[in-house]
Amino acid sequence: MFQERTLDIFVLLILVIVPASAVVTDEPFTITLATRAVIFALAGVGLNLALGQGGLVSFGHAAFFGVGGYAMGILASHAQNYTPIMETPFLIEGTNSMPVIWLVAIVSSGLVALLVGALSLRTSGVYFIMVTLAFGQMFYYFTISWPAYGGEDGLSIYVRNQFPGLNTLDPIQFFGICFALLCIVLFLVDRLNKSPFGLALNGAHQNEERALTVGINVYRLRLVAFVISGAITGLAGALFADLNRFVSPTMFSWQISGEIMIFIILGGVARLFGPVVGAALFILLEHVLGGLSDYWFIYLGVILLAVVLFAKGGIIGKLAKREAGHGQ
Amino acid sequence: MGNSILNVRDIRKSFGALAASDGISLDLHVGEIHALIGPNGAGKSTLIKQIAGGLKPDSGTVEFLGRNVTGMTTAARARMGLGRTFQISALAMDYTVLENAVLGAVGQSGAVFRFFKPAMKDAALLARARAALTRVGLEAQENTITAELSHGQRRQLEVAVALTLAPKAFLMDEPMAGMGAEGSKRLTGFLQELKQEAPILLVEHDMDAVFACADRISVLVYGKIIATGTVEEIRTNPDVRVAYLGEEGAA
Repeated sequence: MFQERTLDIFVLLILVIVPASAVVTDEPFTITLATRAVIFALAGVGLNLALGQGGLVSFGHAAFFGVGGYAMGILASHAQNYTPIMETPFLIEGTNSMPVIWLVAIVSSGLVALLVGALSLRTSGVYFIMVTLAFGQMFYYFTISWPAYGGEDGLSIYVRNQFPGLNTLDPIQFFGICFALLCIVLFLVDRLNKSPFGLALNGAHQNEERALTVGINVYRLRLVAFVISGAITGLAGALFADLNRFVSPTMFSWQISGEIMIFIILGGVARLFGPVVGAALFILLEHVLGGLSDYWFIYLGVILLAVVLFAKGGIIGKLAKREAGHGQ
Repeated sequence: MGNSILNVRDIRKSFGALAASDGISLDLHVGEIHALIGPNGAGKSTLIKQIAGGLKPDSGTVEFLGRNVTGMTTAARARMGLGRTFQISALAMDYTVLENAVLGAVGQSGAVFRFFKPAMKDAALLARARAALTRVGLEAQENTITAELSHGQRRQLEVAVALTLAPKAFLMDEPMAGMGAEGSKRLTGFLQELKQEAPILLVEHDMDAVFACADRISVLVYGKIIATGTVEEIRTNPDVRVAYLGEEGAA
């Protein structure tokens, strides 16, 4: 058994060592896999805030992932075609600057989460799952039937977007950007979990009645958590689009929502590094098992079942000592 | 009434044909323990929910500290100082004792939307939480996970969490339930002390405990209050004897 913190650092080290050694052995594909893992981890960290800390089982986080992706796709496609996004009432141009794209992705997915959350948080339990799923599907079908940005075929961006001072087309540099963002978000989410907000969010998850009767507006609390959660997943969506230099309606598909949820369950619900471990394992399995069979999801299903049945608290829960309470 | 903290005025609430609250009026005076008793299904829980805010009456009003709070949410009433304990402990079971108390302090102080500074390092929140734990005698258990507490200790923690709100009134749902004679007696003593600070509306099944600690008693039967009075008045009230104490036609 390890301290959870020790395990977390170990996980980060692996995430750095694997792509770093791939640079030495000149295997850019491995770096791309690691980048995918990091981006999926980020999406999972977003969902984990709502699902793990807040107990809000959202089956529609693909909506935020997709909005982040399309924020990148739309801005970058206008930049590469030299056409403004709109001219009236004021001029908005496309951009290929990553920081600007991230900001737009965060804000737009946060706004979408505000709308989705405001409506879906009026329900709970299975209804909440279904309402969030329905919102995700709405976005999916909307993008399929929206011809302006590629419709069903999606949208290709030929050159990766720019980050000041870096060559983003170099796989390891792009990995570094994604990894740094993941670390920053993990740090912020860790602070958030320990803050009065986090204490209240998890407290309301454990006992809603108690939270209400100490004067906490649980609806507003959860809505704010849902917006932050959606915004983080949206940022991951923008990075994912940049990794592939391609966005398509599949980013909105319910399978994406399900996969993000699988990362969390594999790694450990409500554990800070749960989605990081889960996403890394998912990518590894996809690569190894996917090479053996097109139907590798069968094996994934078996592993997922084993984790749910025999490793309560996911892989981190199995390996790390239970952290006493909220951590002082 | 000048010394009234809480006034319930002619509350009505029906579920289909069942009138769970059938024109209930009730008030809670400064410094008293007001017990609400009644047989199962009399509508005690329905009444408590309407006072606390989880349920809106069909008609009638609830006034707290002179304000009409009938349309206010549970959370808003709690922030005004309505402290509540539950029959079945409503606590965050995975949290430590101290974390539960800090949760109360967070709600009370309106610190919910602070995102960066750790709650368990906030001196003001901790001081408030520890003071409440000390009042109920749980200070030694502050690092215990709540799920591991004994039944009696959970009851104490319920009271402590309510205390972090610096309540103007308490609403206690069967605090003695499952406490045993000794624990029940100790709690009774504690409530006598507590009522000086804020009056207590007590729902209780344990008749001995009620007669031992209540200043006034209201008897609820089929959604109506059939009698309100002192312990002696209730004990000797013939209607109450028939309806509740189960001595119909006997002796």
